Amino acid sequence: MEQKVSIKGQRKHAKTAALLSIIPGVGQLYNRQVIKGLFFLIVTVLYFYGFSGLFNMGFWGLITLGTEVPRDNSVFLLAEGLIAVLVLAIGILFYYLNIRDAYKNGEQRDMGLTVPSFKASFSNMIHRDYPYLMVSPGVFLLIFSVIFPILFSFALAFTNYNLYHMAPAHLADWVGFKTFADIFTVDIWRSTFFSVLGWTVIWTLVASTLSIVLGIFFAVLVHQKDLRFKKFWRIILVLPWAVPGFVTILVFAAMFNDSFGAINTSILSFFGIKAIPWLTEANWTKIALLTIQGWLGFPYIFVVTTGVLQSIPEDLYEAALMDGASAWQKFRSITLPFILMQMTPIIITQYTFNFNNFNIIYLFNGGGPAMPNSTAGGTDILVSWIYKLTLKSNQYALAAALTILLSVFVIAIALWQFRRSHSFKED
Amino acid sequence: MKEHSMHRNKVIRLGITYFILILMTLIVLYPLAWTVGASFNPGNSLVSTTLIPKNPTFAHYIALTQTTATFHYFSWFWNSIKISIATMVLSVIFVSMTAYAFSRFHFVGRKNGLTMFLLLQMIPQFSALIAIFVLAQMLGLVNSHLLLILIYTGGQIPMSTYLMKGYFDSIPQDLDESARIDGASNTRIFLQILMPLARPMVAVVAMNGFTGPLGDFAISSVILRDPKAYTLPIGLYNLITEKMGASYTTFAAGAILISVPVAIVFLMLQRNFVTGLTEGGTKG
Repeated sequence: MEQKVSIKGQRKHAKTAALLSIIPGVGQLYNRQVIKGLFFLIVTVLYFYGFSGLFNMGFWGLITLGTEVPRDNSVFLLAEGLIAVLVLAIGILFYYLNIRDAYKNGEQRDMGLTVPSFKASFSNMIHRDYPYLMVSPGVFLLIFSVIFPILFSFALAFTNYNLYHMAPAHLADWVGFKTFADIFTVDIWRSTFFSVLGWTVIWTLVASTLSIVLGIFFAVLVHQKDLRFKKFWRIILVLPWAVPGFVTILVFAAMFNDSFGAINTSILSFFGIKAIPWLTEANWTKIALLTIQGWLGFPYIFVVTTGVLQSIPEDLYEAALMDGASAWQKFRSITLPFILMQMTPIIITQYTFNFNNFNIIYLFNGGGPAMPNSTAGGTDILVSWIYKLTLKSNQYALAAALTILLSVFVIAIALWQFRRSHSFKED
Repeated sequence: MKEHSMHRNKVIRLGITYFILILMTLIVLYPLAWTVGASFNPGNSLVSTTLIPKNPTFAHYIALTQTTATFHYFSWFWNSIKISIATMVLSVIFVSMTAYAFSRFHFVGRKNGLTMFLLLQMIPQFSALIAIFVLAQMLGLVNSHLLLILIYTGGQIPMSTYLMKGYFDSIPQDLDESARIDGASNTRIFLQILMPLARPMVAVVAMNGFTGPLGDFAISSVILRDPKAYTLPIGLYNLITEKMGASYTTFAAGAILISVPVAIVFLMLQRNFVTGLTEGGTKG
């Protein structure tokens, strides 16, 4: 009998407190946590007082994107609407935490324990909520400087925002998937998209593989036991990484210049080869870009491989020596598998890095040379094309739609890789 | 006889190795030497430039100090260094705090948080470019270095937190536990035990935080419109594209002035972050 009463009574305070905290703070007051309750109440009042205008305007704007020119600015309204959504999401989170807090403290009372005072619950917060305290500055920054802009870009893809739908004279509207459909149905967009995508894929594969092969090759070369001046070779081979990349790319842009660049005027003419139109013919530009990226990218792989080589257990080689394996056999069956197994994540990073390698494409030749019947240059990859669409031709919606396609592409590949590596399994 | 042929093989192998390495040394050094040469060559164009200048001159280095309406080399230099160092410091602080929480505490939302970080690390920050462009113009934040620093720092968080968390995970928990028994607080354990042990990975995070902003062109060119507010990549790029190759030698001097200190610091600190890269990056 007694047992039954206590079980029945066990949830009484908890439920009442949780129910009362539908208005944040009241549940805490019921639990006799006066300061905390008042604090919650005040925060709630301030939240609604401060943000009611934002919610009102924000959601109206998010749905309509404005109704009157020149009063309304669609992009402003969109931004405000998204901020309203984020503020609402944070509000809901706190609302949930408030109910949970009232319930938990009510439970304490049901069990006959005293509810901690404000001071005690403040120090409790410092201890129990320590991880939240540590995480919140970073997450807060992440929400406003990364997540919000990405959401905003993605939202733009579903509007018709471009040069012809810009404030103050015009409004933009929601158009759903029309921009995506245009990419695949309007001839000039489709052909440009697929030629850019094709070169992006080739560029990513060849440039990254070149860097990886060169990096591993030189690491193994310098690792030879009887080689002298190892330190010297290592410093030399790391130099392309040590010098800021944008500087080297601009230097190469000058060296590959068709008319006065050193490649044509000094090196090729020395061998009696005619000047090559590096910057004006797309295929030559592509070769130059791949060569330069090989030069820029191999030191990173070289350095990491060198580290990995030093960790290969010596007895593996001794066993191979006993079996009379040749140097090549040792490399094929011991060194290379070991390197590849250890370095898979870093190798994959190379590919995603080059997929998004805006700097070399844009700084070397502006994605050029210009191509007839195309809105992209002859060597533009997706990211540099998006950049030009945004800054040069105000095709915001199109650029945003391409951004989504690009992100989906990258995420799909990265997820496929992460499922295989074990850092994902671990958590 | 056999020993003789083995010896010969060794000579051939090493000979080829030295040949390849010397060739590669030339390929690596040539563009760098060429830039040094150009920066000491008299005249503005590269047509008459030689690798070793006949009449070396400091004129181009002096020209860097002369600002014009569109040329502010030392402002750019200072802007670049300021933004890079601020981003580096902020990233190390935010990243290590977040990574510590994710590595050592089990809290509600931890798993979701980690998945969010994993996803964000895959979406290129480039996705935010359009939004940054549109919003910076509308909010009047054009030319704001603070905005740029916050965007860069935010962009560093997902990837670096993942690396740092992995590194913290590899440090045995027993160390924390015994310190806790001795009465050390969470913060103390974090600052005095974990951070010193994670130094190689801190170095990696710091390097990424510094070199990322230093080399960024896309995002900074969207926000910085006033020539005085430029960073070096934008300034130097405009310098050589606007004047149609007429200022390459000035560019060369400017390039040397930033590359030499950065390369020296890089080579000196190399050992620190290489350990972090090989230990943290390869385990995945």
